[in-house]
Amino acid sequence: MMPTDFKDNEALEQLRESGTNVVLTTVSDLVSWGRANSLWPLMFATSCCGIEIMAAGAARTDFSRFGIEVYRSSPRQADLMVVAGTIVHKMAPVLKRLYDQMADPKYVVAMGNCAISGGPFRDSYHVVNGIEDIIPVDVYIPGCPVRPEALLYGIMQLQRKIKVSYSLPLGKKEEDK
Amino acid sequence: MTDQALLDKVLAFAPGKVAVEEYVNTYPALRVEADALHDLARFLKENEETDFDYLMCLSGVDWGANLGVVYHLRSTRHGHVLVLKTQTPERITPTIDTISDLWVGAEFHEREVYDMFGIRFTNHPDMRRIFMSDKWMGFPLRKDYQASNPLHLETEGAYEDEGIRKLASGKGKDETFIINFGPQHPSTHGVLRLVITLEGENVDQVQPHCGYIHRGIEKMCEHLTYQQIVHLTDRMDYLSAHINNEAVCLCVEKALQVEVPLRAQYIRTIMDELTRVASHLLFWTSFGMDLGATTCFFYSMRERDHILDIFEETCGARLVLSYVCPGGVMYDLHPNFQRRVKDFIREMRRRLPEYHRLLSGNVIFQGRSRNIGVLSHENAVSFGVTGPSGRASGWHCDVRKQDPYHVYSQVDFQEAIRTEGDVFARYMLRMDELETSLNIIEQLIDQIPSGDYAAKMKPVIRVPEGEYYQRVETARGDLGVWLVSQGDKFPYRLKFRSPGFSTLAALPHLCHGFKIADLIAISGSLDFVIPDIDR
Repeated sequence: MMPTDFKDNEALEQLRESGTNVVLTTVSDLVSWGRANSLWPLMFATSCCGIEIMAAGAARTDFSRFGIEVYRSSPRQADLMVVAGTIVHKMAPVLKRLYDQMADPKYVVAMGNCAISGGPFRDSYHVVNGIEDIIPVDVYIPGCPVRPEALLYGIMQLQRKIKVSYSLPLGKKEEDK
Repeated sequence: MTDQALLDKVLAFAPGKVAVEEYVNTYPALRVEADALHDLARFLKENEETDFDYLMCLSGVDWGANLGVVYHLRSTRHGHVLVLKTQTPERITPTIDTISDLWVGAEFHEREVYDMFGIRFTNHPDMRRIFMSDKWMGFPLRKDYQASNPLHLETEGAYEDEGIRKLASGKGKDETFIINFGPQHPSTHGVLRLVITLEGENVDQVQPHCGYIHRGIEKMCEHLTYQQIVHLTDRMDYLSAHINNEAVCLCVEKALQVEVPLRAQYIRTIMDELTRVASHLLFWTSFGMDLGATTCFFYSMRERDHILDIFEETCGARLVLSYVCPGGVMYDLHPNFQRRVKDFIREMRRRLPEYHRLLSGNVIFQGRSRNIGVLSHENAVSFGVTGPSGRASGWHCDVRKQDPYHVYSQVDFQEAIRTEGDVFARYMLRMDELETSLNIIEQLIDQIPSGDYAAKMKPVIRVPEGEYYQRVETARGDLGVWLVSQGDKFPYRLKFRSPGFSTLAALPHLCHGFKIADLIAISGSLDFVIPDIDR
């Protein structure tokens, strides 16, 4: 098996502990650490889950504690797209376009059942059954709608994932082998 | 005028073209020939005695052999309601005369009927699809709809859209810009798209493009039982989720003539008002943020979380409650409910003056909202702008007063009314309603009677054959549910008359001539929830 076959955070973290190049991986780790703790999300919400994002940003759960407070209105300034809510056929090209406009490195969180699979509207004629048909997804957060705590947990899983991935080209080459 | 006198009057106007439908437990209904419809509608609107100035609901329906359109009319002066039903002769090229020259709000509703059923309205000013894209095959709400529409991911060129071509062709001057606002924009509160023509900084025309969250709820409902439908309704207007649930439940209960236990009625009413408070608090947040006041967000979300905690304790959900079921509510109240609601009322009363000090009295805020986007009483009725936005124009349109449901008839409350009709009035009206809602809760919270919290219902509900209409007052206005049943366990047709859809129709009218920055204030003050518009 290749290291890239392992998708879950536990396995990836174990793999990383079997050390590699000391100097460059340390730099890579530093960059990843920085990326993970300063995620700038794109303001993108289509329905109910968007309200729970707002609630997650308010004083009680306050997700700025985890470095994801700087909400951007432009995809060109964002690293993270939290797809909150149903995506329908008419919206799908817009979603793809927004994702394409984001600069690398970029991450996608599918928030809520609608974004994961179509949720309660799966049988509808106009609803996309899961956004993975359109854009790649890093973390799925189930819920209808997702509670703010669940959103925080999901984002923290994404941060773990970013921290274990190689952020320098060197790391990528090793992965490709 | 009594129902019978009304029917006699209409029958005398167009003899031979009109027939009275049998109606039980619902509004008087007339079947009209398609060619006599426009004349009759004009007569009903302009005659002093009938004076039907408010088009409550306009729905299409597929009767199998032919397609029909149903109009629910209401007179704001006399308070009577009449249902007009008309049919197209065939379903290949169905056409019906438009009534958008009589009721301006009908323009959007007719476009929806065209989009969903393919009925073309002759003389309509802008006969285009409204939810689906121009390339969509078939008309989804027809019973024989089977078209397969694959997912397209290519972005359309702007001029591929018929509406934008129309906007562009009318303008020859160099100073005119066409700009696109949304569907991904923080100030549209969701995925609303507005195409705007600008002359300098002044808004000339606004063309709303809907359908970016059209989930086909009405079609899905035709294959779901009534208990299941309740769960889809709170995803429409998720900020007044509980009230949406109720609309369907009340409609089913009305059809079955079920007596809901008094305890359940009290619980529902209190939950209604808590939902309204939560929704208006969120309005305060988002409206403040639209105009640049970020602090509002932290204040009102703090209070709103208290309400959500109360919801969560009783029914396990924070936002989309699905707490109501046909016959009553799902579970009994949590023992802490009354104490926590009282605590909340005390807390909220203490905070409200703070809110006013923070935002309402602010000079910049007032400068941006006074005399902006004025909606006259007459236009509010004609467009069908209900709820707080309609009441800010002086229209007494509160369903809780007009058609009281639950225990609203026993509660002593004043319908909040303002007459200025501008952005500031719409804002202040919602702040007034916060206090009204707190008063209503306070009157009821100690009076909750003991007893059952739900009536016994059969596990499979079969609604008797017929057509039923139920209105409720959501935080956004008059939500109507029109249910057509053929005695099956699924509805034959379920139409939601969403308050946001009619309100959106008024937006182009309100924004004309104002600055582009005012557009944000105006659309913010109308308090859209986009899934409520698109359904």
